[in-house]
Amino acid sequence: MSQTTALYINGLNVRFGGFAAITDLTLEIRYGETRALIGPNGAGKTTLMDVITGKTRPNSGEVFLDRTLDLSTRGEAEIARSGIGRKFQKPSVFEALPVAQNLELAVRRGLGWGEMVMSRLSVAQRERIEEVLVTIGLQEERQRKAAELSHGQKQWLEIGMLLVAEPKVLLLDEPVAGMTEAESERTIELIASLRSPARAIVVVEHDMEFVDRVADLVSVLHEGQLLGEGSMQAVRTNPKVIQVYLGR
Amino acid sequence: MLNSVSSLRSPSCTTSHIGLPVLLVCAALVLPLFNAVFPPGHPLHLSLFVVNLVGQIMCFALLALALDFVWGLLGVLSLGHGIFFGIGGYVMGFHLLNAAYADTRVLPDFMQFMGWSTFPAALQPFAALPVAVLLGLLLAVFVGGVVGLAAFRSRINGVYFSIITQALTYALMLLLFNNDLGLGGNNGLTGFTLLAGFHLAHESTQVALASLSAVVLAGVFVLLRGLAVSGFGQAMVAVRDDEARLRFLGFRTDRIKLAAWCLSAAVAALAGMLYVPQVGIINPGIVSPTLSVEIAVWVAIGGRGTLTGAVLGAVVLSCLKFWLSAEIPSAWPFVLAGITLLITVALQHGLWGGLQKLRIWKAAS
Repeated sequence: MSQTTALYINGLNVRFGGFAAITDLTLEIRYGETRALIGPNGAGKTTLMDVITGKTRPNSGEVFLDRTLDLSTRGEAEIARSGIGRKFQKPSVFEALPVAQNLELAVRRGLGWGEMVMSRLSVAQRERIEEVLVTIGLQEERQRKAAELSHGQKQWLEIGMLLVAEPKVLLLDEPVAGMTEAESERTIELIASLRSPARAIVVVEHDMEFVDRVADLVSVLHEGQLLGEGSMQAVRTNPKVIQVYLGR
Repeated sequence: MLNSVSSLRSPSCTTSHIGLPVLLVCAALVLPLFNAVFPPGHPLHLSLFVVNLVGQIMCFALLALALDFVWGLLGVLSLGHGIFFGIGGYVMGFHLLNAAYADTRVLPDFMQFMGWSTFPAALQPFAALPVAVLLGLLLAVFVGGVVGLAAFRSRINGVYFSIITQALTYALMLLLFNNDLGLGGNNGLTGFTLLAGFHLAHESTQVALASLSAVVLAGVFVLLRGLAVSGFGQAMVAVRDDEARLRFLGFRTDRIKLAAWCLSAAVAALAGMLYVPQVGIINPGIVSPTLSVEIAVWVAIGGRGTLTGAVLGAVVLSCLKFWLSAEIPSAWPFVLAGITLLITVALQHGLWGGLQKLRIWKAAS
């Protein structure tokens, strides 16, 4: 681990009954980078995200945020508040609420009961919401109900809900799945604009062109184990990777 | 469901949401006014029966409001709100027994049958009305809290939660049927005479109780709507639409659910406390699964998620039920089934949703 380590996963094992979803996985993700996790279905990518965000408890191993904060014993809400934001595979927004209220809600997390019921948002919070609306390109849609948004806009809104909380680690599970060409292009720009020395971005994606364009480093998972790691170019030429994944 | 929430915030219907509590307060004023101005026998002098009916319906509407708060807004369907209604009712019954005993110095019949010679010490803490009301609310919140804590922490949702609440209602009913419990068994508690020093048999007391029920309904409506449009209400709707998403944004959704659930339990208990002095009896029938399902039917037919719809559903169906059960008793189940089918097929947002649509359609044409 180094000063810039954001996430450190050490000797992780996750079993579901007799099925080993993740076996002895060790992975380090640093601030400032965009990391892609690739691998065939069942490789353990989503399980890894589940473990990081507290949805699934590992059988053994550790997950650290900022080198010292052990996530494997904490609840989902606590992990989210410590700075990990996760976008789900299927767009998950609050369809009955307008776009702006989806973002307001994300700002309100961690408030006490009184503040939750009574308080209006502070000027700083309002500004943050405006900023995020611009970042995700939904200023014009602020009053529309989330249910009326296109598939791509919902994905951006979900990313926006994470952004208002200024996450240290952003986990994006298949952010361009089901998007049109133009929407994918827009999403690549969005993810590029989210890079920051104070943030690590982890992307799970099947679209290799997308991975090539957004990721600095690629980690290839296969049957719950780390098969290879490096630049997209290095991974593409790794014989083990070619055999199980890219070569098919 | 989406439309129902949009109507929560769309400005077009703000007036009608202020309208309901205003209407209720007017009703609360009109009842005593009519009976003071018009002498008994005058067509506009409301009979005790009608006054009682109005009061009871207000209590049912309060109950529907409590359920809609957790079902319509939070997405948690309780088929056991009769538990909390019953808790409020029985606690009020305890108080009224105390008051009757202090008044007549005669032990209630069921206590005499049990061979008791003194008023049981266990019921004496309920002697003072404010203490009884407080204890009733606390007991409902406590029972609700235990059930909610266990269910929400273990993430029991949807139909499983509904079934558990239904089973609990049934269990409580069986418990209350038990004579040895000392709460009157299947006969329940009755023989009430005084409430806060007023004779329950007097028309003026019943008028006051009906008015009070309307005022309480208006107050609770304003409170719950205020919560529904606050940040807390946003979080409730978010729990309903995608609880996991909210949890991964950093919210303790179990706590949000527990708070809303306990508040709803308290409102239902309040309804029970107002109901019992108006009907003069409380028995285990009140926690029968049937009543609890009926509350859900009121809310579903009135329209979920707007609170106004719940009140509308409870009022319309209760009026219909009282009228039909008196006129053509055998027809009521068929009429109810017919309405339920019609609403499910044609008006998915209930009566209130239908009225809203009609209004929008009229405004557009």
